[in-house]
Amino acid sequence: MKARVHISYKTGVLDPQGKAIGLTLANLGFAGVGDVRQGKLIELELAETNADKARVSVEAMCEKLLANTVIENYAIELDNE
Amino acid sequence: MKASVIVFPGSNCDRDIQVALANSMGGPVDMVWHGETEMAKTDLIVLPGGFSYGDYLRCGAMSARSPVMREVVARAEQGVAVLGICNGFQILLEAGLLPGALLLNAGRNFVCRDVNIRVENSQTPFTNGYEQGQVLRIPVAHHDGQYFADPDTLVELRAADRIAFRYCGVGGDEDGAAGPRDNPNGSIDDIAGIFNDRKTVLGLMPHPERAADPVHGGTDGRGLLASLVSALA
Amino acid sequence: MRNEPSITPAQVSEHGLSQDEYQTILNVLGREPNLTELGIFSVMWSEHCSYKSSKYWLKTLPTEAPWVICGPGENAGVVDIGDGKAAIFKMESHNHPSFIEPYQGAATGVGGILRDVFTMGARPIANMNALRFGAPEDARTRHLVAGVVAGVGGYGNCVGVPTVGGEVNFDAAYNGNILVNAMTVGLADADRIFYSAAAGIGNPVVYVGSKTGRDGIHGATMASAEFDDATEEKRPTVQVGDPFTEKLLIEACLELMATDAIVAIQDMGAAGLTCSSVEMADKGGVGIDLDIDKVPQRETGMTPYEVMLSESQERMLMVLRPGAEATARAIFDKWQLDFAVVGRVTDSGRFIGRVAGAQVFDIPVRPLVDESPEYERPWVKTPAPQPLASVTAPMTHMAALQALLSGPDLSSRRWVWEQYDNSVMADTVRKPGGDAAIVRIHGSNRGLAIATDCTPRYCLADPHQGGAQAVAEVWRNLTAVGARPLAVTDCLNFGNPERPETMGQFVGCIQGMGAACRELDFPVVSGNVSLYNETHGQAILPTPAIGGIGVLDDLERYADLALSRHDDQLILIGESSGHLGQSIYVRQLLQLQDGPPPPVDLATERRNGDFVRGLIADGTVDTCHDLADGGLLVAAAEMAMAGDIGLDLEGPDEAGFWFGEDQGRYLLAVPGAIVDSILQLAEKRQIPARTVGRTGGQALTLNAGAPISLSELRRSHEAWLPDYMQSA
Repeated sequence: MKARVHISYKTGVLDPQGKAIGLTLANLGFAGVGDVRQGKLIELELAETNADKARVSVEAMCEKLLANTVIENYAIELDNE
Repeated sequence: MKASVIVFPGSNCDRDIQVALANSMGGPVDMVWHGETEMAKTDLIVLPGGFSYGDYLRCGAMSARSPVMREVVARAEQGVAVLGICNGFQILLEAGLLPGALLLNAGRNFVCRDVNIRVENSQTPFTNGYEQGQVLRIPVAHHDGQYFADPDTLVELRAADRIAFRYCGVGGDEDGAAGPRDNPNGSIDDIAGIFNDRKTVLGLMPHPERAADPVHGGTDGRGLLASLVSALA
Repeated sequence: MRNEPSITPAQVSEHGLSQDEYQTILNVLGREPNLTELGIFSVMWSEHCSYKSSKYWLKTLPTEAPWVICGPGENAGVVDIGDGKAAIFKMESHNHPSFIEPYQGAATGVGGILRDVFTMGARPIANMNALRFGAPEDARTRHLVAGVVAGVGGYGNCVGVPTVGGEVNFDAAYNGNILVNAMTVGLADADRIFYSAAAGIGNPVVYVGSKTGRDGIHGATMASAEFDDATEEKRPTVQVGDPFTEKLLIEACLELMATDAIVAIQDMGAAGLTCSSVEMADKGGVGIDLDIDKVPQRETGMTPYEVMLSESQERMLMVLRPGAEATARAIFDKWQLDFAVVGRVTDSGRFIGRVAGAQVFDIPVRPLVDESPEYERPWVKTPAPQPLASVTAPMTHMAALQALLSGPDLSSRRWVWEQYDNSVMADTVRKPGGDAAIVRIHGSNRGLAIATDCTPRYCLADPHQGGAQAVAEVWRNLTAVGARPLAVTDCLNFGNPERPETMGQFVGCIQGMGAACRELDFPVVSGNVSLYNETHGQAILPTPAIGGIGVLDDLERYADLALSRHDDQLILIGESSGHLGQSIYVRQLLQLQDGPPPPVDLATERRNGDFVRGLIADGTVDTCHDLADGGLLVAAAEMAMAGDIGLDLEGPDEAGFWFGEDQGRYLLAVPGAIVDSILQLAEKRQIPARTVGRTGGQALTLNAGAPISLSELRRSHEAWLPDYMQSA
């Protein structure tokens, strides 16, 4: 099973890269873009086939290593194909 | 006094602090590989600067989970002095020994230059050789040095005199905030270094070991090492 | 040999080989090559690996001196610096990849040059670079500057080697071909240098570092009949650098080098496994058998062709002593790096590759190297430049100074070098911004001075003078800090050598460089040639970038350009004829690119330089700056800004005097009490010397005119580059 972990800064944490992307988009003439936040995507190949168990395990990985919960949120997406 | 420098894969200021410490102590410094699970008795543990694990994932994240860190955390709890410089500061935060986080510099670029920092608490083992309010000139060299903490943590840091150093102008600007170029990374409240509540753990972004020899063009960093030698001898 | 379809003429030309060169291959093999063999020949005989257009001329450069331990031909040059220590250094280009992908191109350029140096047993102690971009107005320039600077810094900062200086220039001739030239200097014990000659029949050939992927394989691979619908996935990719792995590789290699396990070692740079194996076998006069399937691979289904031609980064090849495998493997395991025995040294003199026991290529080593083409390309001498018409000053000298200091050519590069860690390793004595950087030789009170330079507009106007000037200026930069210049590395960037005019520039520059190196006892010990820097018929300016090193025997005695005392006298050393041809003054303020460049008189250069170095070495002088782009007034202003001490200047009211770029000149700031003795000594040696001003205050004044405050001057000097980078 494949797991995708999306990690982004919490609201209120300055994201200079997101800010720069927003400015550049505006400079390129893309109007109407509000706040831009940049995050990261981590893809994991898991041996586990049970989705509930996989989610518990990936949550533990996020808490222990993948995300810094002082400043980051994470969201887990499981892919059963 | 016995001092130990932890070497992580990708540490690159390990030799620099080893040399500076040895000069201040007048004796050898132990180098401890990150894979070790035990450590000889020591009075000071240093987490050096560098790019441990390439700064991949997040600065300091993987080093904070390396085998030796369990021992470092245990010693810190026993009151052994722990000093984290630059990447070492990032590791201390990731390991939970200090509160907050270090984010990408506000200017988004790596920044290497001499900065002025003001000594905010000279009553600690790390700073007893400095005067309160003394302004030091020490280099920074980092990409992710913007200190961040939530408002409650900041209140606690201020109340308990846990802010060790603040970025400032040449004159120290006691009366106000640092100018835009004086704070090199956009750190909240101009914070350059913080203590734990017992003042036995210090993390800071500037590199005292790079201002420890006349050839460096300044020796303001020596005082920090000398403070430790006098406090821990 | 595996049965494969015949090579077509189209495949030959897609591999960049001429039909004549292909005929030589048929003669060498006595049969048709297969595709893998064709690939091996093509990379070995490429301009990059074989120097086929340049080697005829490179051989004319002086490469020897009593202090040279190893000249060109190995991974880098090696020079004895005394006290049992050696400096190992080289400069290399990574131009094209940096134009395609500026961050990764520049980063892998730094990674490659670091490997060249630590391969030979040296710990890298300093990086430098020479960067040339298109006109600031060109739409791509800002993006390229940002990416290249971040890439240079990103790699060097992470491996923990200080970047102590460099050059950044802008010119429209680089719009379609930027130049990224990176230099590394390393320090080794003079009796512990590692070379690349394989030896010991039966000894293991060992692969270490990162795994091999499909990075940087030449586009010609797309012609391979073996490719199927999955071609999209196999498309050659930009090489991506991994400085973290490089840092581990440095530590692991140096740890292994402290044992006696290594017979020979070579990094895998351009043409990867092919070039490294062939060079090791050729230098040792032996053969090498490789088991291709033992090569650590990052991707599945790689063909032998791909494995042999991959340019994946952070890889090394070694020949170990019998029985040393276990020691070596333990060290690489500790650093979590791949370690694989991929072959053996043989006495066959052949380079043989096998997959699952079956031969996939078999090429005799000697002819693969010796029969590589060498061309004496036709060339025409660059015509002598027209004289510069008489120049009328377009503004006051002080206004001109402000314009120059705040323009693209001479504005502060602080925005660039603050992105480079210049003080890691805690041995940096003089940071970027001076004439030459100085790093302490670790554990001693001696120093190495390092400088890079080249003035391409001089080379375009007169290649011979320009080539000589590049060498002389580096020598002067080293002298200005008090160092004894030892040797240089060159990075020769030119356009298409098949054009006689371009080849004429190359020949002229080499001849000028050779003359200067000989006269100044400043041999070339390593280097790199980058040709075909041309887009849509627009060639770059001829750019023979020179990197030089010198030694300081006592770090108590070196000179800095920053003024440090009030009431010092400023002394100008050297002849000022007011030469404005090809100067920044006429280029920027009058938009003139006319006239000959300032001539380099090598005997004068040497005499003036030896005089200045002597004054620094005996402790008489501690403040010195050499005169270069922008001439006397710019140099004086730089000294004032660096020291935050003003200057009252006096001299003829002529633009040529204040902005001319005559060579072989220095400014010294000395206490009034010793001025006369210095002037007398200069006169005795027939060296022109005169006072031109006095230090003090916080402003710059010229012939008692209106002063400009240093803070105002500094503000405009510092502003141009950050403002340019922020404007979109």
